[in-house]
Parts: sequence; structure tokens; C-alpha cells
Amino acid sequence: MPAEYRLILKHLDEPGYEPTLACYLRHGGYSVLRRILALEPKVSPEGKTLSPQEQLRQEVSLSGLRGRGGAGFSTGIKWSLVDRKSGKPIYLICNADESEPGTFKDRQIIHKDPHQLLEGMVVSAYANDVHLAYIYIRGEFPQGAKVLNQAISEAKAAGYLGKNILGSGYDLEIYVHRGAGAYICGEETGLIESLEGKRPYPRIKPPYFPAVLGLYQCPTIVNNVETLCAVKHVIEMGGAEYAKLGTPNNTGTRIVSLSGCVWRPGYYEIEVGKATLRDLIFDPAFGGGLRDGRKLKAIIPGGVSAKVFKAGEKVKLKARNADGREVEQEVDVLDLPYDFTSLIAAGSMSGSSAIIVLDDSVDIVEALANISEFFAHESCGQCTPCREGSLWMAKALHRMTHGEGRAMDADYLARIADNIPGGRTICAFGEACSWPVQSFVAKFKEEFVAKGKADEERRSASRQAADVPSAP
Amino acid sequence: MAITSSPTDPAKVSPADVLTVTVNGRPITVPRTQPDWEGRMVPTTMIQACEAAGVTVPHYCYHPRLPVAGNCRMCLVEYGVPALGPDRQPLRNPDGSLIINKSPRPAIACATPVSAGMAIYTDTPNVRAMREGVLEFLLINHPLDCPICDQAGECKLQEYSLEYGQAASRFVETKVHKPKAVDLGPRIMLDDERCILCTRCIRFTRDVVKDDALGIVNRGSYNTIAAYPGRQFDNNYTLNTVDICPVGALTSKDFRFKMRVWFLKETKSVCTSCARGCNTLIGSRENVIYRLTPRDNPEVNQSWMCDFGRLNYKWIGREDRLREVRARGSGNTGWTGALGEIARRLRAAPQGCVALIASARLTNEELYLLGLLARHLGAMTDSIPRTGDFDHILVQADKNPNSAGARLLGLAAEPMGSRLPAIADGIRAGAIRTLLVFGEDVTSRGVNADLLARLETLVVSDVLPNPTTAAAHFLLPGCAAAEKRGSFTNFQGRVQRFPKAVEPPGDARPEAEFLADLVTAVTGQKWPTSIEGLFNHMASSVPAFAGLTWAALGDLGRSVAT
Repeated sequence: MPAEYRLILKHLDEPGYEPTLACYLRHGGYSVLRRILALEPKVSPEGKTLSPQEQLRQEVSLSGLRGRGGAGFSTGIKWSLVDRKSGKPIYLICNADESEPGTFKDRQIIHKDPHQLLEGMVVSAYANDVHLAYIYIRGEFPQGAKVLNQAISEAKAAGYLGKNILGSGYDLEIYVHRGAGAYICGEETGLIESLEGKRPYPRIKPPYFPAVLGLYQCPTIVNNVETLCAVKHVIEMGGAEYAKLGTPNNTGTRIVSLSGCVWRPGYYEIEVGKATLRDLIFDPAFGGGLRDGRKLKAIIPGGVSAKVFKAGEKVKLKARNADGREVEQEVDVLDLPYDFTSLIAAGSMSGSSAIIVLDDSVDIVEALANISEFFAHESCGQCTPCREGSLWMAKALHRMTHGEGRAMDADYLARIADNIPGGRTICAFGEACSWPVQSFVAKFKEEFVAKGKADEERRSASRQAADVPSAP
Repeated sequence: MAITSSPTDPAKVSPADVLTVTVNGRPITVPRTQPDWEGRMVPTTMIQACEAAGVTVPHYCYHPRLPVAGNCRMCLVEYGVPALGPDRQPLRNPDGSLIINKSPRPAIACATPVSAGMAIYTDTPNVRAMREGVLEFLLINHPLDCPICDQAGECKLQEYSLEYGQAASRFVETKVHKPKAVDLGPRIMLDDERCILCTRCIRFTRDVVKDDALGIVNRGSYNTIAAYPGRQFDNNYTLNTVDICPVGALTSKDFRFKMRVWFLKETKSVCTSCARGCNTLIGSRENVIYRLTPRDNPEVNQSWMCDFGRLNYKWIGREDRLREVRARGSGNTGWTGALGEIARRLRAAPQGCVALIASARLTNEELYLLGLLARHLGAMTDSIPRTGDFDHILVQADKNPNSAGARLLGLAAEPMGSRLPAIADGIRAGAIRTLLVFGEDVTSRGVNADLLARLETLVVSDVLPNPTTAAAHFLLPGCAAAEKRGSFTNFQGRVQRFPKAVEPPGDARPEAEFLADLVTAVTGQKWPTSIEGLFNHMASSVPAFAGLTWAALGDLGRSVAT
């Protein structure tokens, strides 16, 4: 029986739970911080002396934790890439620019349990010798920024933050920086530019890998809100124990934002891969099925930039059978375990773990037009394919949803979209804006063609009615 | 555009400093690091390796003298790196060639460093498709107003359209409209619809000029280049943005709508507005100069020049240019008569009775001839210092283009102009009876009209009228640098030659030409009349120029010890 597994969300919806330090402390808060500050150097089985920081980083590596922001990159590897020999300060940035449409998980933590995030940040900062950290929060979360600032001042007053934390000699300042309303600020190098006070133009990589040349050209770690909270639990449980949650290579828990045409939209924390898309959409513990007896039409499985799944779509997955041989298995998309690897193998991604459910009342062209309008509005405009392509697609879709469609528009759209992704752009926005178009058009081509054809026929009929000679 | 030169002396390059990559299958060895736009040594990039292999990678935003932006995506190439075995050694095919793991994703050649054994592919169907895609994107919102665009003929959009463009447009949406004919500053107009947002102008202005004047406003396809609100785009280097703008977005108020660029004859030249001697191209048609643009010289001006120098050409075509030879109170007219009479008087002049003021705006060759004359006559000589504002980019305080030449050739006093009072005193005392003035108005420099009136003979050569030319007994119309050949020695001691771009007006003649006649007539010795001959003669007799030849100066000049 699939069920929620609340680790990060454990207390925050409990009656009476408040975003205050006192409440957090009552629930065992900052005990992990106390523990790590007391860590002593340890000799590893290989005879190497490990500093407390190295021990913490080792636990995170061991946990298999993958970034919860969207790319699913290994947190342990991200931390291991940090240039620790440059002599420059290392910065930690919490990416709280949660703006992928359909995603509303980080704000729950920020609003309801800010100290959990702060503790996760202090632990992560300590593990990486960071003395200055930022929380970059999107401009549309003014309340979140207020809550965080309140939490920071409480934590500082109580010695959990600031100078000489809990008498350990370790200093850490955390500042909240509010964005000004741009999706691209969630891209880590765009975020860094914005934090530096510039236009959030993502940086070219190479050479500007944040781990080496990040904020102010110093080594920088950018982690998502949920990831930093997970670090706290990794350290609390131990990396090996944490890795037992979820499935291999997809460890731990994840908060899923479920929205769209289901009975119970909301956020659900699950063990990664321990629930399928079918569970999440139909199980009474989660979405509870489609509303009003509607039929499932499509699933956007990881925020709007993820490629869409069509209801009834079969995908081939590699699995191991009983004797350990690898076999290809055909499964219905609904039976995909909700994790990182299966969804990528199925040609999409779990992205920011935002599932948007579309039922048969949805006009698929309208849905894509909505998504494309968002991306055209949010493209930073730095590099050519994304700047021009995102608006071109949005304009074509706007035309198609305003009675000016053509039967050929499906191919027209696909050809535009094909020129944007695959490393043609500076950042992943190129993929984000073109994947939905590519997948919607490929999987629902007949709807695009039918809509265009209907428009053409209607236009032709009205021309005849007006006795206007048609163009040669 | 020349890529900053790589170490060329093979003897100085150790194997550790170079690596070999292949470009479209052809091996090419390149240095591991090369200077970036600031001269810092950074890893060699794909685009530099391709350039070294003779393969041009199309690009808009990349400029070797600017920080890399990587935004136009036109230089996307495919590449691979050698496959490694378990021993971390590269795996090889039976024929010994490296097995290449081709990257699934392309890379921008302008920003991606090369590594040993890397294979770069610039001519695959995928690369071609990517270039076509980028070009199409750049053109969908472009106004396609080539017939009225000043950039036409030297536009990168046009250039690449030829190779990667499509004959028919499939764009059926409404184009994005943006501001047109934006008055960005006193010398610059901007058409935002033509702009492809490569940010070259922003980077040049911010990083080279250190003036954070330009930026982008709005978002996505509506991005628009703009000056800081309420501020003019006005520094002494703004017109360089017109040069580096790969399209017709930024245009020069001075040049726009004046001439189609394909009618312009381009002559390599050297700017005369200060001692820097920025290398230039003079664009002229039918003897009229329409524009000056900078010509790349890594040792002198890189790719830039100042706005003042660029626009300081209009006097060349002035109506009141001196065009006739004048010999006051003498029956002799024309060049032959005037030069004959001047020679007669100079031959008759006693030693020490002649003084010569030679402008440091004259060429080395002219100054060399004047030096010969002065020594023959025992004449006191000097030049006139001319100073003004300077900056830390190009502009020198010394506004003479050839002060170094005037010093090296012994005409200028040290400090320059310090012998002018002695010359004035000599005239006042009657010791100096003959004065030769080449290219200067001396009346504002202590040798006033009253003094000039005391002279027996005043020979003046110049290009524009002034009180000194008005007082001349003999007036010899000379040429602007653009109207003659010659060389200048800049403040670094770099000797830079320039050919003739346009014809002089009326009877005006290059100074070196008539001076050679005059010196021959006065000294009785034959002097070379060609610029090559004069220069080589000077190089063989003036130690500072030893070892130089006219031919060896090339387009970029050569240094002398100053």
C-alpha cells in the first residue's frame, strides 16, 4: 500500500506547529548542529585522518542524495567538485527561487519550518568550510522572505547562527536575497549573476562552473531548499541509513507537488521510487483520481519543462530479472516508479517533482500555448535560439488558439523546437522551452492537425460566404 | 580579424607548451595557452585552433579583443576527445590514429578550451544545421531592410545568409518591433530592430573603455540595447562600437547614408591626430574621403581608434586648401620657378643666416630632407610641440604624429620648441634673414607677424592658410598625409608607413617630392626622389633607423630605438 513517508515534512503540518525557534527546538531542532560541531577528526579504515568536514561530506556522498531542484545531480559529487585549494572563500547559496510551474514544495518548508532549512544550511556550510551563505528567494515570496529573516534573527540571537556558533568558534552568516521576478534566476549561474546585482544572464560553462568560479568568481555551492533540508536528515541518520530510503540510485525522500485535474492536489513526501505515477494520481492517499469521472489525457511529470506523457503511452524500461540478466520491459507510463532514473529512461524527467495531471476536458493546444507563453515571457534573451525560438513558438501557438491555425503548424512548431535544445543554448532553458513543444506535438499531433485543419476550413468557408476569391 | 599571434619561433616552443588537435581530420599543433583580450594567458580555444588550421568558424558575438560572451551560438561545432583505456592511455585504431569519443552535445568554439587529441568538426551536417537554425532565428525578427541599411556590403547577417540562409522564410508571425533611429549619443544612432544582441558594443564600452554606458533592457526577444536612462552614450571611443557591430544596428552619424561601402576604396593609413599613430583604413571614393576606420595592430591600437582621430579628416577636403604656388615679388611662377628662386637665394645665404621650423606632423622622409638642407645651410632648427588631453587607452598628450621622428632626425630641440625664442631673437637681431617654415603657423609661437616682416626670405609650406602662410614670400602648397606616401615614428618609436589614399588639390605636391628637388638644387648633390629611396637612404645614414628598409616596414611598422 503506497503511503507518504514524511521526513522533511514530518512536523510542519502538525496542529500547533509554528515557524518559530521555540517550536523547532521542542521538536528536537538544532540537535544535528550540536552533534556535528562536536565532531572530532577520525581515522578512516584506510588510515587517513578525516576532518569533521570530510566526515560530513563523506556521509553526504554515501547517502546518494540527488539534488531536489530539477537536474537531480548528485549532491556528494557537487560538493566534491568545489575548488578548496584556491584560497578564496567558498560560498553556499540556497536556491529558493522555486518557479517551475507546478512546483510548490520549497515554499511549504520556508513558510512552515524555516529553521529546518537553516539547520540544513549551517550543517552544509560547516561541511564545506563556508562562512557566508545566501538564501536567494524569488520575489513573489515576500512572506517567505519575512519568515526566513525572522528565523535568522531568532537563530542568531540564540547562537545557532552568526559568530562563534554554540561556542564552537565556527562563524556563519546567512543573508536572504530577494529576486525580482524572473524564472531564469533559478538557473544557478543566472542566480549568481543576479545575486551580484546584474542581469541574471546564465554564465557559459566552461569556464564558469560555480564550484570553481561562482559567486564573485569564488567557489560556490548552489543547492535547492529541499536538498539542504535533506542534508540535515542525512547527517542525522547517517549516509548509509538514509540511502536505505527510496530505491538504489534514487535514495531518500522527495516532496511531490501534485496539481491539475485530480481530487486531492497537494504536496506529498514519498520515498523516491516507492510510488508509481498511478499511485500518485489515483491512490486515495495521494491524488485520489480524476475529478468528475473524467479520463486521464496526459501527465506532465516534472514541472512544465518536462516532456509530457500521453495516457496509455507504453515505455520500454531496462530491468533485471530473477537471474540478474538485464531485460527490456514494456510498461505503461502510469506504472513508472516516480524516481529520477525511470522517468529519464522513459524519455522525460522528474525535474522539480511537480506532476501536472491533464484530463480529457483539456484542449492540448491551449495547454501548450499556456506553457509556451510562460517560457517566451521568461527567456532571458541572452542566447539566440532560446530568445527567438521561445517567442516564435509562443506566437505560433497563440495564433493556433485564436482561430488562425494551419494544418501544417504541427510540423512548423516541431521544426522550430528542434533548433533550440541539445546544447545549442547557454543554459538548460533551451531544453525547458522546447521539450514541451516537441513532446506535445509528437504525442498529440492529430489534435494539432485537426485544430489547424478546422481553422483552415472555417476560414475558407467564410471567404466563400463573403465571395472573396481565394489566393491563387 | 587576426587572432592574437601565437608563439611563432619554433625554437622557443617546448613540447609541453603545445598540443595537437585535429580540425576536420587535419592535425594542427597549437600553443596550450594564448593571451586573452587583456593579455592574460588562458587556454587556447577551439576557434583559435580552427583559425590556426585555416578554418574560419562563423561567429557574431566573438571578438578576439573582447571578453567572450558565447551568446550568438553561431560558432557551435561538434567535437570529440580521445577514448581512454583502463590505463588512462588513449586508445588507437589499427592505423595508429586516436579513437575519438564524439560528444553528444555541440560546443561553442569561442569559449571551449582545446585539449590534447581533441577532434573538432566544423563541416558536418549537424554543424551546418545548427548554423542554419541560428541564422534563421536571428533573421525572423530582423527588418530585412538591407537596401537602406548602411551595413549592407559589410554585414555578417548578409555574409552568412549566403552560406547558411534559406531562400524562403517560413516565419508567418508578426515581427517584434523595437525602437528605431534611437539617438544614442552625439555620434551614434541605434536601430534596435536590426540588433542581434551580440553585446559586443556593451562589452567594448564596459570592459575596454571602462564606461558602463550601455546595457540591455527588457527580456527575451524584446531585449533592447540602450544607454543608461537619461544619459548620452558619449565617450571618445563610441564609434568603435559601429565597427564591431556585426550588423547595421549601430551607425555613425557622420557616415550614415553617405556612401555605399562597396564603392569605397580602402587605403591602409596611419592616424595623424596624436603620437599614437593608430593604424587606419581610409575609405574614399573619387578623391573624397568618407570615413576612417581602425586597422588592427596589436602593438599600437589593437582594433580601436578614438572618435576625435576618426573624425579629424574633414579639413582635408576644405575649400580654402592651399592649391597654388605663390612667389611674392618675383616674376617666377609655378613650381619650377619658385623652387629655382628659393634654391638661388638659399645657395647665396651665408652660413647661419637661415632658420628652419619643421612641423612634427611631417613625415620621416620630409624631415630627413629638411635636415639635410638645414645642415648644409648651418640653419638653426626646431619643431613645435603640440599637447592636449590624454587617456589611458590610446590618446597621447603629444598631438604631433611624428615627434619621435623630428627628434631622431635632429630637427626638434630638446625639449621641443625650446629653440623657438632663439630663432625669434635671431630674426629680431637681423642675424637670421631667411626662415623656412614647414607645416606650422609660427605667429602664435613667438615668431609674430612683425618678426616675419623683417625677413628677407620667408619660405612657407602648408596645407591650410594661416597668418604665416599669409606672410610668406614663397608659398608651397603641401599635402595631407592621406594625399602622400611616407612614414611616421610614433611615441613608442614604431616607424609606420602609409600609402597615398587621395589626390591633393590643385597644384599641391607631396613635400618630399619638391624637397628632394630643392635639396638637390641647393646642395648640388643628387638625392633620391622616390619615398622608398629616401627612406632607405635615411636608414643607411641615420643610426636610429639603421637596419630598416621601406619594404620591411610592412603594414604594421617596425620599432626603432628611441
